[in-house]
Amino acid sequence: MRNCIFALIAGLLFGLGLTISTMVDPARVLAFLDVFGDWDPTLAFVMGGGLAVYLPLFYLFIKPNKTTLFGEPCSLPQTKTIDAKLIVGAALFGIGWGLSGICPGPALANITGGLPAILLFVATMLLGMIMAPRVSTLK
Amino acid sequence: MNEIYLQALIGGALLGLGAILLMLTLGKIAGISGITHSAITSLSKENYWRWAFLIGLIAAPLLSAPFGFTLPEDVPVSYTTLAIAGLLVGVGTRIGSGCTSGHGICGIGRLSKRSIVATCTFMLTAVITVTVVRHLL
Repeated sequence: MRNCIFALIAGLLFGLGLTISTMVDPARVLAFLDVFGDWDPTLAFVMGGGLAVYLPLFYLFIKPNKTTLFGEPCSLPQTKTIDAKLIVGAALFGIGWGLSGICPGPALANITGGLPAILLFVATMLLGMIMAPRVSTLK
Repeated sequence: MNEIYLQALIGGALLGLGAILLMLTLGKIAGISGITHSAITSLSKENYWRWAFLIGLIAAPLLSAPFGFTLPEDVPVSYTTLAIAGLLVGVGTRIGSGCTSGHGICGIGRLSKRSIVATCTFMLTAVITVTVVRHLL
């Protein structure tokens, strides 16, 4: 129960952040990615703001003991290798992001707007997530 | 400072706060693609927190709308392109183990080399894609 309440608050904060920062607007994301056109640097501040909060708090409270504030162990990724899967996956994601201006967080945060374009994107994104293990032959 | 930059910075800080709250209280990485994939794969008890997080993420714009922070009213991309893009985002984030949140914020936020490489890679291919679509085609 405690986990669900904190997860709900975390999700709300995350969604509010995406909305207030205008990261939910695909037109603005595409303008941010259009480095060689009429570049709009605004969204660099979203990542800057996010890291300015995440990084110091992670190093202050999580890094030393790798436990939560309640003393339970954190689930941190153990994989360290930079392999073809990581690069190919990230590259494909970037192409999809560049075509649409939409990444997973903003896609979901846009659902209540009810735009058919968003619902279509979310549907094929979920399909892609389910299909991924079958598509990928990379080890 | 330009007002929209400040707004983006505050929004970014809020989503960073949400992400670190998930780590501080549950010990979990706030990776939207990973959370979504796990949530739709199984309705088991271990996934309740994922559904709670996603409900918060989806409901958030309803709370900010009365204050003038609203969702966009159109997407400047064709349905065909969106369908293909959605597939690429779904497949790519699974194969690459993360997206803008998991790699870009949480991963770089703990200075993970994998996440730094992944973020540089998807930023690069995204910029190349926009450049090709807008200026070369």
